[in-house]
Amino acid sequence: MFKLMNFILEFPERFTYDIAKPIDAMVDWIDKVFREALDVFVIVFTFIINRVQDVLFFIPWWGYVILLFFATMKLYKVSTAIVLSSLLLLIGVFGFWDATIRTFAIIVVSVLICFIIGLPIGISMAKSRRVEMVLKPILDGMQTLPSFVYLIPALMLFNTFGRVPAVFATTIYALPPLIRLTYLGITNVDEQVVEAGTSFGSTPMQMLFKIEIPQAMSTIAAGVNQTTMMAVAMVVIAAMIGTPGVGRDVLRAVETLQVGDGFAAGFAIVFLAIILDRLLQGLAAKLDTTAQEGEE
Amino acid sequence: MAQGVKVEDLSVIFGSRKQREAAIEMLDDYKPDEIREKTGATVAVKRINLEIEENELFVIVGLSGSGKSSLIRTLNLLNRPATGDVKVGGRSLMDMTKKELRYFRRNDVAMVFQHFGLLSHRTVLGNVEYPLEVQGIEDKERRQRSMEAIELVGLDGWEHHMPNQLSGGMRQRVGLARALTNDPELLLMDEPYSALDPLIRREMQNELLKLEDTMDRTIVFITHDMNEAFRMGDRIALMKDAEIVQLGKPEEFFANPANQYVKDFIADVDKTRILKVRNIMSKLKSVAKLGDDRKETLDFLKENEMDFIYVTDEKRIFLGFLKIEDLQKSKAQKIDNLVHKDETKIYRNLYLQDAWEKLNESTYNLPVVDGKGRLRGVLDYDIVVDALAK
Ligand SMILES: Nc1ncnc2c1ncn2[C@@H]1O[C@H](COP(=O)(O)OP(=O)(O)OP(=O)(O)O)[C@@H](O)[C@H]1O
Ligand SMILES: [Mg+2]
Repeated sequence: MFKLMNFILEFPERFTYDIAKPIDAMVDWIDKVFREALDVFVIVFTFIINRVQDVLFFIPWWGYVILLFFATMKLYKVSTAIVLSSLLLLIGVFGFWDATIRTFAIIVVSVLICFIIGLPIGISMAKSRRVEMVLKPILDGMQTLPSFVYLIPALMLFNTFGRVPAVFATTIYALPPLIRLTYLGITNVDEQVVEAGTSFGSTPMQMLFKIEIPQAMSTIAAGVNQTTMMAVAMVVIAAMIGTPGVGRDVLRAVETLQVGDGFAAGFAIVFLAIILDRLLQGLAAKLDTTAQEGEE
Repeated sequence: MAQGVKVEDLSVIFGSRKQREAAIEMLDDYKPDEIREKTGATVAVKRINLEIEENELFVIVGLSGSGKSSLIRTLNLLNRPATGDVKVGGRSLMDMTKKELRYFRRNDVAMVFQHFGLLSHRTVLGNVEYPLEVQGIEDKERRQRSMEAIELVGLDGWEHHMPNQLSGGMRQRVGLARALTNDPELLLMDEPYSALDPLIRREMQNELLKLEDTMDRTIVFITHDMNEAFRMGDRIALMKDAEIVQLGKPEEFFANPANQYVKDFIADVDKTRILKVRNIMSKLKSVAKLGDDRKETLDFLKENEMDFIYVTDEKRIFLGFLKIEDLQKSKAQKIDNLVHKDETKIYRNLYLQDAWEKLNESTYNLPVVDGKGRLRGVLDYDIVVDALAK
């Protein structure tokens, strides 16, 4: 009787299974078989990230401010340009310029990889019902997972701390919206426009590159925007696996309970996010050629 | 040279493969409604046969859902027929390989869409160039030919604007220019003016008629508006429930409506303002050409019991007529010097009301010419009287 009560109230010990062991075994196996390939991967990507970072550091701080000012002025109006440029200046004022550039480098590389992988996947999803059926639930699943779950496999795959696993985790985490919106953009191209393309004898490739992708460009840009926002969020969390950048400043401030520093670093990230979001949203709106002039 | 179209036993059915197969089985014995109820498939076109002649402006008219679009879209195979075949210029579309079909679409056929179907990311010029671009035609020629088409529809000066900066009428002009750049022999227009307001619509109709007049081109034009159909069509096919109820010249609809449905459909059409010379003219069975042999022509006239014949030059431009007595008297080798130069002819797009006076002055039936002066037919006094009397 007592035993039964116990059975109901507590999870029976003999049903537990140590799942850690087989996973460790798998990691060992991956380590043995793919170690060299993964090491090469790390070297290549470290190189790429470094070059991107070099380029980003090569541009002086005022270069960014001027670029941003004119880009926003073209996309919006002068007042928006002033606000966004001021936010950018504030990042420097708070003393996070270099850290932000490092963070930005990781974001740039991750988003680029997302774009290179995500675009063809999104297109093939729009073109093939089978691919669509396989990928849709996977994408749904990925979007429900919290960001940090990607850190552990990233760590164990590359067997190293730092930027490469951060880029890896960020890419995977930030990929779904880009795929989804590419798919959406292509499937939502006006039917009569596609038919016009067919009726003039376009090949499938001409259809894709001259009609479907250009027509979907605005939606794809919205996907890049979402992906970038997720990359920004992820890059902060990636500080937990030793990624340099503003994220690390936030983490350090939290660990040492320095509230002021924490807020300052937090603001730097928020400003960066706002600036990127505005820029990419403006771009997406600019690319939307289907709206009647004067309408919104 | 324009190309004729032959539609043979054509059906278009929408639904899953299974539904379509079941529907084909039932096609001969059931109505489209019953087939939809029993199989779930939609029969949009049901075993239609028709022939569209070279250079004809053929109009398909009918209420929404009668199957007009489904029919016209088989002419460039945007819809695949469930039964039957379509032949354009004698070539069967169903027999074409993918490559042949693409070639056909690039060179021989073009379509104008109801909602324009413009590429919103390209300028007017970019849109008009598209059909040439997919063919890989080089920049300079492409630009030149596109600008010609743009001028033809009266959009010069607008070539660098984006479609979303244009009004509806102008956008459809872009659609028309785009369809004209690859110089198609068959032009398909699916309710091209239905999205436009009535004033612009009238203007566009007249423009199209003017253009059509000087081109060698077969046009299939769809509308749900009977007035538009009568204004435009050499011949008209009235569709209802996936089938053609009546097919013929506009005049024949008034003279012999096939049934009550047709009568109701044409009830509020004012025919004297809509019927044109071209709608009721008769086709010429034979024409003499400059350079023809006198004796052969004479024999031909005797054989066919004719006492005169119209004469054109080698480009079909109308010159005058030959009388049989002149042919008999003369000893000349050729007919050239015997031609009576005659300036009384009638323009084929004239409304009957206006043609009436001219017809009264003339002693002969009147030769009908197009905008380029080419002989297109003959207007018979009695037929006009008949048409106006009814
Ligand atoms: N792609 C499609 N899938 C399923 N059914 C269709 C499709 N296209 C047309 N139909 C159906 O076929 C029938 C004929 O349609 P169709 O578009 O040919 O008519 P229509 O005469 O052109 O009408 P409208 O004037 O509205 O354009 C309708 O019942 C329509 O619902
Ligand atoms: Mg239609």
